[in-house]
Order: sequence, then C-alpha cells, then structure tokens
Amino acid sequence: MPVLIFADQHEGTFRKAAFEAVSYGNSLARQLGSTATAIVLGTCEEQNIRALGNFGVPKVLHHTNSLLDHFDPAVYAKVICQAVEQESAEVIVFSHNFNGKAIAPLVSARLKAGWVAGALALPDTSSGFVVKKGVFSGKAFAQVKVLSEKKIVSVNPNSVPVEKTDQQAEVIPFDSQIQESDFKVKVTATETLSGTVPLPEAEIIVSGGRGLKGPENWGIVEDLAKALGAGTACSRPVADSGWRPHHEHVGQTGITVRPNLYIAIGISGAIQHLAGVNGSKYMVVINKDPEAPFFKAADYGIVGDAFEVVPRLTKAIEAFKEKQH
Amino acid sequence: MKILVCISKTPDTTAKITFTDNNTKFDEQGVQFIVNPSDEWYALVRALELKEALGGTVHLITVGGPDNDPVIRKALALGADDAIRVDTDASDGYYVAAQIAHCAREGGYDLLLTGKETIDYNGSGVGGMIAGILELPYISLATKLETEGNGEATVRREIEGGEEVCSVKLPAVISCMKGMAEQRIANVRNIMMAGRKPLKVVEPVDADKLTEIISFTLPEPKSGIKMIAPDNVEELVRLLHEEAKVI
Repeated sequence: MPVLIFADQHEGTFRKAAFEAVSYGNSLARQLGSTATAIVLGTCEEQNIRALGNFGVPKVLHHTNSLLDHFDPAVYAKVICQAVEQESAEVIVFSHNFNGKAIAPLVSARLKAGWVAGALALPDTSSGFVVKKGVFSGKAFAQVKVLSEKKIVSVNPNSVPVEKTDQQAEVIPFDSQIQESDFKVKVTATETLSGTVPLPEAEIIVSGGRGLKGPENWGIVEDLAKALGAGTACSRPVADSGWRPHHEHVGQTGITVRPNLYIAIGISGAIQHLAGVNGSKYMVVINKDPEAPFFKAADYGIVGDAFEVVPRLTKAIEAFKEKQH
Repeated sequence: MKILVCISKTPDTTAKITFTDNNTKFDEQGVQFIVNPSDEWYALVRALELKEALGGTVHLITVGGPDNDPVIRKALALGADDAIRVDTDASDGYYVAAQIAHCAREGGYDLLLTGKETIDYNGSGVGGMIAGILELPYISLATKLETEGNGEATVRREIEGGEEVCSVKLPAVISCMKGMAEQRIANVRNIMMAGRKPLKVVEPVDADKLTEIISFTLPEPKSGIKMIAPDNVEELVRLLHEEAKVI
C-alpha cells in the first residue's frame, strides 16, 4: 500500500502541519510494509524540499510550475490524482489545515477514496483500515473504517508525534500538463497576518473572554502571548461583539484547537467553548468567579482579577525565560 | 440567482453527547436538534441576503429520514422558498454528496452553498465532494461572498495565517464560515408560511459508501484541578515547566 503525502508549502517554506503529515505518512508506510513519497506543488527551493527527508520520507516529487503558486483546490486535486496514479499510491495523506480541507474532498470524489477528516492517530490495520478522529466538535471520538480500496487521511494539527532524523530526501521533478485555463478560481489578493501564529498549529494559546470587559483591555492578553510565543484567541461573544477578529474565535462553531497549553482568561467555559478546546494537553483558567464551569475542565486554576493576575503572570514568564537563557 | 443551500440536522450546541448500542450509536434520546450552525448562520443567511439584493430563489436540500423534517421547516421559516429531502440514511460523506450532486445536476443552480462543517461528524467534505463529482469550481472556508449576479463571484477565504480574495465563475460550490453573514431569527409571518412551503421527498440514487463509523468513545475526564493563589503566579510557572512540561 504505497503512501503519497501532500506536503503543503507556503511561499517556499513548510510549516509544522506539513512535517506532521510527512512524518505520519512515513510511519504509516512503515506500518504497512510499503514506501512513502511526498509531493510539493509550486515554487520552492530544492534544499527546503530535501529537508523533508528529516521527517523520514525518502523521495519527494516536485511540480515546479509557477501557476501552482496560486491555489485552486481543483487544479491541486487534479495534479495529486496524477501523482497517485504514477506512484500507484493507495493511501493519500494531507494536513487537516485550510488547504488540506479544500483539496482532500475533491481527491476523494475523483478517486472514490474514503476520507478520514482530522485523524488523531495512525490507523489500526489489524482488521481493515480504521482511524480515530474527533466528532461532535471535540466532545467525542469515532473509529472510522475506510471501506474503499484507496484511502485518504488528513492529519489533525498538533495531534501526532513528529519523528526527526538527519536524512535528506531525493527530489524528483514531476510534471503534468496544467494550463492557465484549468484555474477556475483566480486569486486576486492575499493578506497575511504578520507575526501571528496560526491557531490550529499554535503550541500555546492565550484566550480572552467577556471577563476582559472590552477590546481596549486586550493588551494584557497580547503581552502574555508574546512572552510565551503563543497565539491569541477568544470566545464567541467576544468575536460576535467585534472586539476581536472572527478568525480568533475558538469553540464549537469557531475553530477547534489542540495546543499543548491553553490559557483561558475571563472565559466562563460554556459547553460550546469547551468542545473547541478540550483536546488541549493542559488548560489554565484565570477567572474571578470561583463557580465558573471552566474550573471543572482545567488542570490549573487561579481565582482572581485578570487585570492583576495576568500582568503578574507575564512578568513571571519573562523572568523564567530570562533565566532559561 | 438560483441558489441551493445544503443543510444538515445536528444536535443543539449545548447537547450532552452519549452513545448507545455498545458505543456504536449516538443516543438521540432527549436531544434537541437544530440546523447545523454554519449551514444556517452563514450559508443560508447569505443566500437569503443575495436573493433580497438580486432577486431569485433559495432552495434547501438535505439527506436523511423523516426525522429531518422539523429542522427543514426551521430553515424554511428563515425565508428559503422550498426544500428537497433525499430519503435515505446519511452515514457517509461521499454517499451524501452523490445524492446532492444528482439533484443539483437536475436543478440548474447558479450557486451551491454549504456550511464549513457539521458540528456532529466534523467531516467538512460534502461541499468539496459535490464540486468534485459535478466538476465545478470549489472554494472552501469562505468568510465573504459577493456577486452582482453576472455569472461571477468574489470570495474571501481563510488560508494559513491570513486571507485570500479570489474570483470564480459560477456555477460554483462554496463552503461558508463565520464572517459571511449574521445569524437571523425567523419572523412570525415566515414561521406561519414555512409549514406550507413545498418539501419534496425524493428517493436516493445508487452510490458507494466509502466510510463507516464502527465505534465511539468519550474523552477521559480530567483528573482534577490544582488551584494556585493569585499572588503566587511563580508557582504556576513552576508547575507548567516542571509538571506539565509545556513551557
């Protein structure tokens, strides 16, 4: 069962989600007694691609056509399907990030390959091909059996271990006929939020709720996030009131995150919010209301005024980081 | 504009999740059902806004048994014109997409909208699979959708660490998320009318089921919280470093 891994690059660099997918695909190939190959689409320096070998994959296909620097999931899906055929791949691995979520269903429909969206672990292949994923927005897990001959797995960010070696991958040019007219989606502008950590990939997240009283008070959240190298997030009422941008909303109807550490400040912990964050390895809650339901779900708690506790915590983190150097 | 909105029935966001039949089935007993939030708040409401601005019609489709009808009526009460229910079990994303694609092919829609994912099975795939089957352009996770009704749409979508603006020729399939529209509440007149709007029940077409859920588990409960005094944040830093090993 050869494995093909889509290694998602952004402007020539790979993010953690891509390393996780490559590492997962390689472990899976080993488990199946088969080989893994990765594919990279668009302009990217060869040395960056060779370095994907660090995550175990011996061979990477590279389609260098600069048309692919513009993302159209249908064109990406078409190219990936061609690579699947060339490599006789039977399992295709994606990152379960924005691009992976866009391409995987198209590949699934083209190849009639069952897709497990957001895998949390390697498949159990003792009887078929069964993969664990989150359901009910983090409130439960399901074991999903893929019934089709070809299979697709997209790997949930921050959920699988990454194995690193000093191996380099062999880069092999991959060409398939694509033309400008294949692109039905034309990208006209890109806005990058500089200096922010994408939340699904963030290892630490500092999140604020209504307890912070207003958008003008977010400085204490940002300062703590900066001290920790963390991403910032918020609860739904905060995003709905326009205090913070929508993309920061975590919870059942926002995004689901699984960081190593989630710090909730002034968030009561409604069930919808907890569903989006309870995959976090550790949760810290800072709230002045000792009855806040979040305390029941957290690992560490402080009952106190956020406006006093958070700046104090920021200072203590800075002092700790100073000492580490 | 003729817009098809794909909707799904999901448990209310506050529902407690439990399983029956040896953890192989979701226990629906006592659970309130709603229209999946991103289907309703973003896809359907945006479709209604476009109809109000440009004229046209908004149609609903869902795949499932008669137990979906109350939820379809809720969506009709927001202002959609009519609905189709494909009368079959919606257990696999591809199977569902194949049913919707079959109906969409016959309907001649300008735009097909879905929510970004359902809050129950979190598959996030039906929209893309419909696009794949019908070979239509697909834009996922859109936060804005504008069209003048001239056969083209401008869409803003989320990407890793930013947003992208794209233009796409219609018909296209677009999955919608937060930012697209504001949640609406049905008015009394529409609620009264919803019961009389056409709800067509159709038989499924043959399609493969590519996946199957074999069992469910619930997360392990937390072992208990450690409380730290508000004037002793250094202790929290120590615990995060030495015990949790996350900093």
